[in-house]
Amino acid sequence: MSEHSTYTPGSGIEKWLDERLPIIRFSKEHLMDFPTPKNLNYWWTFGAILVMCLGIQIVTGVILAMHYTPNIGMAFDSVEHIRRDVNGGRMIQSFHAVGASMFFAAVYIHIFRGMYFGSYKAPREILWILGVLIFLLMMATAFMGYVLPWGQMSGWAATVITNIFAAIPIVGTPLLELLRGGFSVGNPTLNRFFSLHYLLPFVIAAVVALHIWALHVPGNNNPIGVDVKDTKRDTLPFHPYYTMKDAFGMVLFLIPFAWFAFFAPDILGHPDNYIQFNSQVTPAHIVPEWYFLPFYAILRAIDFNLLFIDSKLLGVIFFGGSILILFFLPWLDTSKVRSGNFRPMFKWFYWLFVVNFVALTYLGAQPAEGIYVILSKICTAYYFIHFIVILPVLGRIETPRPLPTSISESVLGKAH
Amino acid sequence: MFNTKTILAAVALVASLALPAAAQEGHSTPHIDKQSWSFAGIFGTYDQNQLQRGFQVFREVCSNCHSARLIAFRTLAEEGGPGFSDEQIKALAAEYEIADPTADGGVRKGVAADFWPSPFATEQDARDANGGALPPDFSVLAKARGVTDAFPFWIFNYFTGYSEGGPDYIHALLNGYHEEAPEGFELAEGKYYNDYFPGHAIGMGPPLADGLVSYEVAEGEAEVPLTLQQYSTDVAAFMMWMGEPHLAGRKQTGFVVLLFLVLFAGLMYATKRRIWQGIEH
Ligand code: HEC
Ligand code: HEM
Repeated sequence: MSEHSTYTPGSGIEKWLDERLPIIRFSKEHLMDFPTPKNLNYWWTFGAILVMCLGIQIVTGVILAMHYTPNIGMAFDSVEHIRRDVNGGRMIQSFHAVGASMFFAAVYIHIFRGMYFGSYKAPREILWILGVLIFLLMMATAFMGYVLPWGQMSGWAATVITNIFAAIPIVGTPLLELLRGGFSVGNPTLNRFFSLHYLLPFVIAAVVALHIWALHVPGNNNPIGVDVKDTKRDTLPFHPYYTMKDAFGMVLFLIPFAWFAFFAPDILGHPDNYIQFNSQVTPAHIVPEWYFLPFYAILRAIDFNLLFIDSKLLGVIFFGGSILILFFLPWLDTSKVRSGNFRPMFKWFYWLFVVNFVALTYLGAQPAEGIYVILSKICTAYYFIHFIVILPVLGRIETPRPLPTSISESVLGKAH
Repeated sequence: MFNTKTILAAVALVASLALPAAAQEGHSTPHIDKQSWSFAGIFGTYDQNQLQRGFQVFREVCSNCHSARLIAFRTLAEEGGPGFSDEQIKALAAEYEIADPTADGGVRKGVAADFWPSPFATEQDARDANGGALPPDFSVLAKARGVTDAFPFWIFNYFTGYSEGGPDYIHALLNGYHEEAPEGFELAEGKYYNDYFPGHAIGMGPPLADGLVSYEVAEGEAEVPLTLQQYSTDVAAFMMWMGEPHLAGRKQTGFVVLLFLVLFAGLMYATKRRIWQGIEH
């Protein structure tokens, strides 16, 4: 969908620039005139909200890095120094910490939006794959950021998570030592995590640019999943319609954000992280941040050997597989119909998958004992069955409801 | 084919399995009564008199064993805190000797910029004086402890912004001692039985008792009871202040920001409606 520019350079300077670096033309095409389906709902504002989140993390993070000391003897106190003595430091630190949680909340909504409306289907597979890549990078960034304050949960999360890699055959141990910069979690670990934690957000920003590029080739999907037929009748220019709608969505999103940042900045974290890391004292329960819990539950659910694969390696395979399987989603879902609104059976399984995912989140926070172990296994099994069995089969046996012929028809058909 | 009923039944089954499981959570703390703190909620601020009393308890009792290495004397004069004057802080700091290798004889009188001196020179000294147990540093202790509520009650905490688990726990701990351990409980030498300490055997003897600290009452102010209950509340509040000295300012700003965001969102919505007027979508 290029060639929809109505840009004519207004002045001599603009014309001169346009012939050398058509940046104004580009911005006008992609940020203003871009034809966008007129029926997008508020779930589509989360892309813009995510861009805002990334911006907040980078700006607050750069300021924090000016005052933070990446040394195991000083890191904990330097974060407290930021909270106590840096001007506005309590809020900057709080925005960054709460911001990470809000970022993940938004990205989960964004992903589940894509899953419901089939936004990953042709011709948006690359767009989706870049999204999964962003998600992976976000997880790595958040994990390393969590280590920086060097509290008990920081150090123990670093220990437990790097340990996962040790289960990989042959390369496991060298990889573990590479990640830690030694045999155990210590100063080299903290230094490399700090370095990478500063680097990765910019890598994310670059992949986001590709993500939006890949979006602007086929254009947006939409709640009915029917392609744009007639640009004039089915779409609106991005500006002012969607700039306005997105801006409203962002302000709305900032309300719970501010609620947590100002009134309960620590409620999303763990009190143990206010105790400096001590490798001699293991906390009673090592729990990761809430946004890792579903995957943590999957990791822990695998406590049995399979043939020649021991439980540790098998756990890693399931853990990694639970995210990597998302890369294949465009080909696992065999239905030609994109939007869940027109798929009577899919709709149910979609919500069951959501419930199952929430259950995994809950189970990830519980001790690995008794009933929780069994429930974790059931939920883990269902997570994979959804992708490997249910989605491929549904596409074959389901009879979708008839689709509207176009976006404009469906819009006009709505009762107002 | 699966029909709606089968699926609903399956969901109900999973839920019925999960709920009792959630109810018997093994790792939640014993029930802790939540206190009403002046610094709770969106309008929360510290009660200056309470912080001064809490400081007195800390100084006269707790600081004999507990350090507070991140607390500088000057912070006691900061806005939103106990509200001592600069002169008071100067005089207070001067009462303490600060180890300083650049000073004559290695020690000098404290100044406002100094940090609260630790009662023991090393961790080992602290342990030796306390039967092997280490008195934790107070700087952020109030935020390093919490109260875990059972499902589903913790969900409400996100909506009330409950952040007072630390002081609630400390208050309970200080009131949770028993003269003797319940029958059948093996209490090791030098340990004390406490209802709320994890494992119940704590290395700190009951630090407070009725009448232990005499509060000075300023003219025209109500008498404050000299009870364990009162001391423990005051010192817990003071510990919260140590951990979160900018709480009052943070909440005040937060209220303004939230008010602004809500109004702004309203205006944005109206503008959005205007722009989209007449467009079927
Ligand atoms: C005689 C020394 C001593 C005094 C005085 C003292 N404490 Fe302690 N305190 C300790 C020791 C030792 C521990 C560590 C106990 C353990 O880990 O078993 C401790 C631990 C604590 C803890 C942490 C409990 C936990 O959950 O780990 C709190 C809170 C506490 N003290 C509060 C106070 C308060 C408040 C005062 C003053 C009113 C005070 N202490 C006075 C020695 C003391
Ligand atoms: C930093 C994180 C991310 C940013 C900033 C971002 C940004 C965006 C933006 C601006 C849009 C267009 C507006 C919208 O549809 O909401 C979009 C669309 C999309 N994103 Fe993302 N995204 C991120 C992460 C992800 C992830 C993790 C996934 C999936 C795993 C994903 C999948 C998609 C898909 C499929 C679309 C197309 C939706 C459609 O048109 O229907 N994104 N993204």
